Amino acid sequence: MGSKRPDRRRFLKGGAALAGGLTLGAVEPAFGQTPAPAKFIKGDEEMIAYGERSRFVTSARIAHPPGGRESPDAFGLVFHVAAPLQDSVGMITPSSLHFVGTTRGSFIPDIDPQEHRLMIHGMVDRPLTFTMEDLKRLPSVTRPHFIECAGNSSNPNRKTVQETHGMTSCAEWTGVLLSVLLKEAGVKGGASWVVAEGTENVKGASSFPLAKAMDDCVVAYGMNGEAVRPQNGFPLRLLVPGFEGIFNTKYLRRIKVVDRYYMNYNDYGHLRRDPVRAALGYQIGPKSVITFPSGEQQLPGRGFYEVSGLAWSGGGTISRVEVSTDAGRNWMDAEIQGTAHRMAHTRFRLHWNWDGQETELLSRCTDEVGQVQPSRAQVAEHWNEPPDPSYRVPGLNNAIQPWRVASDGSVHNGDA
Amino acid sequence: MGAFTMGMLRLLVLALVMFLGGSALAQSPTYGVGRTPTAEEIRAWDISIGPTGEELPQGRGTAEEGAQVYLRQGCAGCHGREGEGGRAPRRGPRLVKVEPGPDVDPWAAARILPYRSPYATTVWDYINRGMPLNREGTLTADQVYALTAFLLYKNEVIAEDLVLDAQSLPKVEMPNRDGWEPLPEWKPGTPRLPGYPY
Repeated sequence: MGSKRPDRRRFLKGGAALAGGLTLGAVEPAFGQTPAPAKFIKGDEEMIAYGERSRFVTSARIAHPPGGRESPDAFGLVFHVAAPLQDSVGMITPSSLHFVGTTRGSFIPDIDPQEHRLMIHGMVDRPLTFTMEDLKRLPSVTRPHFIECAGNSSNPNRKTVQETHGMTSCAEWTGVLLSVLLKEAGVKGGASWVVAEGTENVKGASSFPLAKAMDDCVVAYGMNGEAVRPQNGFPLRLLVPGFEGIFNTKYLRRIKVVDRYYMNYNDYGHLRRDPVRAALGYQIGPKSVITFPSGEQQLPGRGFYEVSGLAWSGGGTISRVEVSTDAGRNWMDAEIQGTAHRMAHTRFRLHWNWDGQETELLSRCTDEVGQVQPSRAQVAEHWNEPPDPSYRVPGLNNAIQPWRVASDGSVHNGDA
Repeated sequence: MGAFTMGMLRLLVLALVMFLGGSALAQSPTYGVGRTPTAEEIRAWDISIGPTGEELPQGRGTAEEGAQVYLRQGCAGCHGREGEGGRAPRRGPRLVKVEPGPDVDPWAAARILPYRSPYATTVWDYINRGMPLNREGTLTADQVYALTAFLLYKNEVIAEDLVLDAQSLPKVEMPNRDGWEPLPEWKPGTPRLPGYPY
């Protein structure tokens, strides 16, 4: 079985060469010559059935944090892996490259969808159990949503955008609104929270407000036009749009409606003494990052470049993205790709002519409720803290990421 | 005249049907999809133990029994013989506070779950669903009660001879019961913290 995919093996061994880079010294037009005969990919059955990317494309996920434990480890446990945002185009992360977060190292459950059940119970008039077939009969929605791990935080030691920001991804999710299932079960008066639980070994469980459950949560069986991938929660995962990644329960098996914060497994991680850090522990703030040019990429020379990146917010849609190409002295409005979606990655672009001088590229975004992405210094100032490098932004770190472009065209983490 | 009465009657009946149908709709399912689980199925699935402890199963355990379970189940392999935490590569977190005495500030002490957690039910819930690593779900209710008693005793929260069961466990007063900040009310379409522009 292992010998069926020689191509994939080869390019994974080849290392993480930068795909989609700039090809300089373009091929000379060869007038008067017949074009060389095209080479062919000799596809096998598997490739015809499911497709495969070019062997020249080597973009791959890496362990997170950088230098952390490899996945799978010797026991088959999977740890965090980060998405290669430096190679991303558009707003959707391919399912194969979507970041993976695990509560702690865990085995990926191998769930037969025929056997899988979702139970809704607790403070409801009618407890209900749904099969996957049941769920697919119900009215569905399809929406792009990002998921971001609370630990997705840049620091001066991280070099590439995959290392600084790779624990966020955006997929198009299809499923049933959780509100539809809760209404079907009939939520009782006095209920105020729900607890969501998955089927994996460590049955991770998170409490979140009933108001959120009734607003826009999706019980998703589809991801990017096909079934949710096992690493992302097959056959069923919960989407809690804009909340920290851990709320988006994978392998969803149970929703319990309750009248108080339940302080179950994952909730303990949100235990805070400080009201500010407690309040900032669930909805994600406005955040953006330039993915090209970004850390460790190389500009071949002065001239025209399209600066491009991603912006997202737990507060709703992205309404504005500004880019500075002169280390924050001037800011220009970037073009937003198409229509921005609620709690979804939003691609932005800006035309830039690089004069070959050392400079710094930055981006900051504003969301529909008026929240603006801050610099780390602004956050520190707001809370009357000294803005030294050890200052930790409360909640998920949404500080502006500077990329320093050296005069030789090399790009580096501006915080380093 | 007769035709008029019949028409009136039809209208009345229609109105009555619509009224009943409409009011019934508010209380009955819209789609009728899904099955009603039995009380037994719910009990078997429901491992969420809330602060009131109403979901706790039957069973009992003491600190002394818990010390035995701790050794026999291999907890010491990752958390140390005395709950002091494991060494690489089996670096399980510390489970017993360093500072002696019953009045240690749970926030000043290291991040010890069976000391900092505001509810004893959380300790029970955590062990029951998350331990031991890769053998989750194999402990009996008695073993979970015993381990909870052992860890709470080692952290000087309960007396050595206290028997923990579904009645006594939720009554345990954790030192951090009121020392944490509950999550604020959440409303759709609002900034994450009033007065915070970022």
